[in-house]
Amino acid sequence: MTVSGLLEHGFREVVLSDGDREIDGCYMGDLLSWVMGRAQADNAWITIMSNLNVVAVASLADTACVILTEGVELPDDVRAAAEMRDVNVLSTDLPSYDAAVLLSTLI
Amino acid sequence: MAEPLVFHFDVDGSDFTSAGQASVQIKKSLRQLGLPSEIIRRVSIAMYEGEINMVIHANGGVADVIVTEDCVEIILKDQGPGIENVEQAMQEGFSTATSTIHSLGFGAGMGLPNMKRYSDTMEIDTVVGVGTTITMKIFLNQ
Ligand SMILES: Nc1ncnc2c1ncn2[C@@H]1O[C@H](COP(=O)(O)OP(=O)(O)OP(=O)(O)O)[C@@H](O)[C@H]1O
Ligand SMILES: [Mg+2]
Repeated sequence: MTVSGLLEHGFREVVLSDGDREIDGCYMGDLLSWVMGRAQADNAWITIMSNLNVVAVASLADTACVILTEGVELPDDVRAAAEMRDVNVLSTDLPSYDAAVLLSTLI
Repeated sequence: MAEPLVFHFDVDGSDFTSAGQASVQIKKSLRQLGLPSEIIRRVSIAMYEGEINMVIHANGGVADVIVTEDCVEIILKDQGPGIENVEQAMQEGFSTATSTIHSLGFGAGMGLPNMKRYSDTMEIDTVVGVGTTITMKIFLNQ
């Protein structure tokens, strides 16, 4: 499944920099050093964190996309940073667990 | 490349909401050099963890990255408080971070272990009250 593909399954587009990117697995977590230590490149990263550091971590850890859950919104300055660094960000009102369950049926 | 490439950054210690700019810049430069993406990922994460540590624990510092044909070397130097017990600091979960830092998503006590995990060699040179220098190497031909 590509990042764009998720948009047909209820995930909303926040920043779409490279929609053709393939998602290979998923990591869920809000502590950034855990994400950097455990997430794999090309994973979808499910989190409720939405500050600037999230963009840096997603970019440096090379995740396929960030998925903001629980209806969390991205502040404007963070959105601009994601656009600048070619980071994909999607969002959903689902809780993190439900988002992960849905994702696992799709990828 | 015959001559080593050297990148130098001053890491500002005053703004930890947007820290990590040196690492982001290095990622870009290594991409332009055409290094394999797995190497770039390891360098980027190891350097970012060190850069964030300088900002949140040591009020900033300087970062140098030296790229040769067979190695990327990252040298992070600060004049912060130093690390009292390196063995303890290297353990997963050990952190002295404050609640402000926790609210940003840092302070899990995983940064130094990640730096060790993603580098091939890592040396910590630290003196309490004087500062800390961390040198990491990532080899390209392994
Ligand atoms: N450059 C430094 N100067 C002084 N102390 C440091 C420095 N780097 C790390 N430390 C100390 O070592 C501890 C462990 O560092 P580590 O990076 O593993 O965790 P953290 O920064 O607290 O949390 P995380 O990296 O998971 O966000 C820190 O809490 C701090 O006490
Ligand atoms: Mg740290």
